[in-house]
Amino acid sequence: MQPTPATNAAPAGFSFERLKGLGPVVALVLLCIAGAMLNPDFATFDNLMNVLTRTAFIGIIAVGMTFVIVSGGIDLSVGSMAALIAGAMIVMMNAIATGGALGPVATVAAGIALALLFGAVFGGVHGVLITRGRIEPFIATLGTLGIFRAVLTYLADGGAITLDMNLSDTYGPVYYQSVIGVPIPVWIFLLVAVAGTVILNRTAFGQHVQAIGSNEQVARYAAIRVDRIKVLTYLLLGICVAIATILYVPRLGSATPTTGILWELEAIAAVVVGGTSLKGGSGRIVGTVIGAILLSVIGNILNLTSIISVHLNAAVQGVVIIAVAYLQRGRR
Amino acid sequence: MTLAVRFNHIVKEFGPVRVLHGVDFALAPGRVYGLLGENGAGKSTLMKILAGYERPTGGQLLVDGVERQFADAREAEALGIALIHQEFNLAEHLTITQNIFLGHEHRKGWLLDTASMRSAAAACLEQVGLAVNPDARVADLIVAEKQLVEIAKALSRKARLLIMDEPTASLSSGETAKLFALMARLKSEGVTIIYISHKLDEMEANTDEVVVMRDGQFVTRALTADINRQQMANLMVGREVSDMFQPKQPPAAAAPVLFKVSGLTVPGWVRDLSFEVRSGEVFGFGGLVGAGRTEAFEAILGLRARSAGEIELGGERVDIRNPRQAMQHGLTYLSEDRKGKGLHVDLGLRENLTMMTLERDARPWLDIKGGRAALDKAIADFGIRMRDPNCAARSLSGGNQQKLALAKYLHSNPRVVVLDEPTRGVDVGAKRDIYALIHRLAAEGRAVIVISSELIELIGLCHRVAVLHGGKLQAVLDQDHLTEEELISHATNTRH
Repeated sequence: MQPTPATNAAPAGFSFERLKGLGPVVALVLLCIAGAMLNPDFATFDNLMNVLTRTAFIGIIAVGMTFVIVSGGIDLSVGSMAALIAGAMIVMMNAIATGGALGPVATVAAGIALALLFGAVFGGVHGVLITRGRIEPFIATLGTLGIFRAVLTYLADGGAITLDMNLSDTYGPVYYQSVIGVPIPVWIFLLVAVAGTVILNRTAFGQHVQAIGSNEQVARYAAIRVDRIKVLTYLLLGICVAIATILYVPRLGSATPTTGILWELEAIAAVVVGGTSLKGGSGRIVGTVIGAILLSVIGNILNLTSIISVHLNAAVQGVVIIAVAYLQRGRR
Repeated sequence: MTLAVRFNHIVKEFGPVRVLHGVDFALAPGRVYGLLGENGAGKSTLMKILAGYERPTGGQLLVDGVERQFADAREAEALGIALIHQEFNLAEHLTITQNIFLGHEHRKGWLLDTASMRSAAAACLEQVGLAVNPDARVADLIVAEKQLVEIAKALSRKARLLIMDEPTASLSSGETAKLFALMARLKSEGVTIIYISHKLDEMEANTDEVVVMRDGQFVTRALTADINRQQMANLMVGREVSDMFQPKQPPAAAAPVLFKVSGLTVPGWVRDLSFEVRSGEVFGFGGLVGAGRTEAFEAILGLRARSAGEIELGGERVDIRNPRQAMQHGLTYLSEDRKGKGLHVDLGLRENLTMMTLERDARPWLDIKGGRAALDKAIADFGIRMRDPNCAARSLSGGNQQKLALAKYLHSNPRVVVLDEPTRGVDVGAKRDIYALIHRLAAEGRAVIVISSELIELIGLCHRVAVLHGGKLQAVLDQDHLTEEELISHATNTRH
């Protein structure tokens, strides 16, 4: 038998391990210090809210994406899905408004309900294709990525689907209004992040998601309903995409074939920068939120300063993604 | 051709933990050595140092009198030292030939010389007695065949010193016999063999000398001819192992049948299997590897398709389509594949223990406090030893992982427990604990089913044993007929 050492002291290197986990936080803090030094406008409350509001879309999707990635899956379709939900939502709301049966507020409420329904159905379909259909998540969602965007382009006839002006006035505050000085999208982002954290860390469902990502066979033998849990992760992501879309539509009031382009990559990058392994098994929502904020702070700083061209935004983001991944390497 | 090894005060530390405390002994060429020791005694670490997978923190390793510091396994291999891992080091997607020559490919100029590799691989496979096509993919092989491929791979490297870590754990008795014949032949060719096993009968029959390690130190060595199994076990544990098995308590005469299977057919594996197990009974399943024992229970759990068969639990007919429904009816199954199917080795102990009961105990939030209390209780009840209760399951030794897995599958308090190879790769001390646990489970009125390839285990533990051969039930042996000869003759279908 192994001798049991007398102490339960933490193994050496523990604090260093901790530090590696803090990689994205360190990167975010450094960026913020740099931003504040380069332009005094950066460190203002208004700018902070501006950054967070812009982060909300990707951030909310990334929270849902965390569940999918932790369970060992991936969803490439979220950008197209957001575009299609936006388009379908606007078409429906315009149709209801033209019919005149409902008031503007009820119409917007119906649109929101429909968007959530669409998100849940799209996500559910992904889940069923992947579990029942035994199609690799990468392939299944690559397929729907094309389908969603093509259907939207068809609906928009290659142009834009625009929300009725009256509805725009009713719906606009959902994006532009603030509560206690904080814009509504930021509140919703916070709410989704908190809910995601609680679900992932404090519920049986969340624990099962991690168990499946860690080793699907073991989970299956441990009486976990693997297929059901997987479907639920995609459904949850679909709902997150719908929530992001609901916040996005009042901003521009239209959906075009370029709506939500590359959102999937930004969301996946936020998750990975946040410390979740693409192999699945473990991950943290807090990390994802920090990852999402980190990526949009980069764009914000480039906008506020003139040292590096805004056109190089994606390049700087890429450098930061690689740098953070470098800090986190070998944690497994 | 021959190769002598000397360990000179070898020390190995992992961070603050010292696992080898200055090991001294020498091995002469052309002999078969049994290396004895419980899990955690340091055998595997020492062998990894010899084979170049680990570097010693202190001391010297002398090979043929020359001090060697291997930078990696390749350098050790170049001297003819090969380690056959307990856990396979095979690339599942590649063919047998590709695996055997991985990193040592034969070339013709820029291109691979596939023809010469294929014929060399076929020759190695023939040597180990494995009759499969060298172009077969490793993923398509069963566990026993993979083990033989590992051995063939070592042979292809012209090994002069062969280290085998639990090579027979997954082999049937026929394959085991072939392996021992091969070992004898290699020995006659001058190859030194270091043989690690928990099976003392194999040690007794196949080694020239045993070397005993305990707690990271060399304890003693003895000619195998001079000591018996009991003495070996005592040397390993450092105390008297009076009896591995407790006396069996027969189930009460009126004990109800808890689990009944009739006419189970699993396409390709099992035909028309029927049996019943009573409350308080330990019911064994014997047979060769591939006889369909594991597959039968995977089908009962709904993990494999079954084409016919009825299952009754506690006298009620039940329809089980997945492990969850089985658990709800009070039936759990612990797989033989601990790391692949039994435990989440990357997750913590509490997470593993409560994995199957999370939903039952969540209200709706996880009951983390309750989980911690359950872990403390399980650690005490099952005698799990670890450095830190917050560690990941992978850092436990094999025996302790198995105890944790048992605790996990008993955590839902099932009426019927199926344990598939419950003591595979587990040391003597842990084995005895697990046997005592199985007796306790039966005494509590559960029905316990033990699938095992160790005949002694089936005989010492079970009230009755069903023997399968080629997916068919050959016999159900009761107490009076439970002997090694009976078990083997039914398992190999050579009874007249």
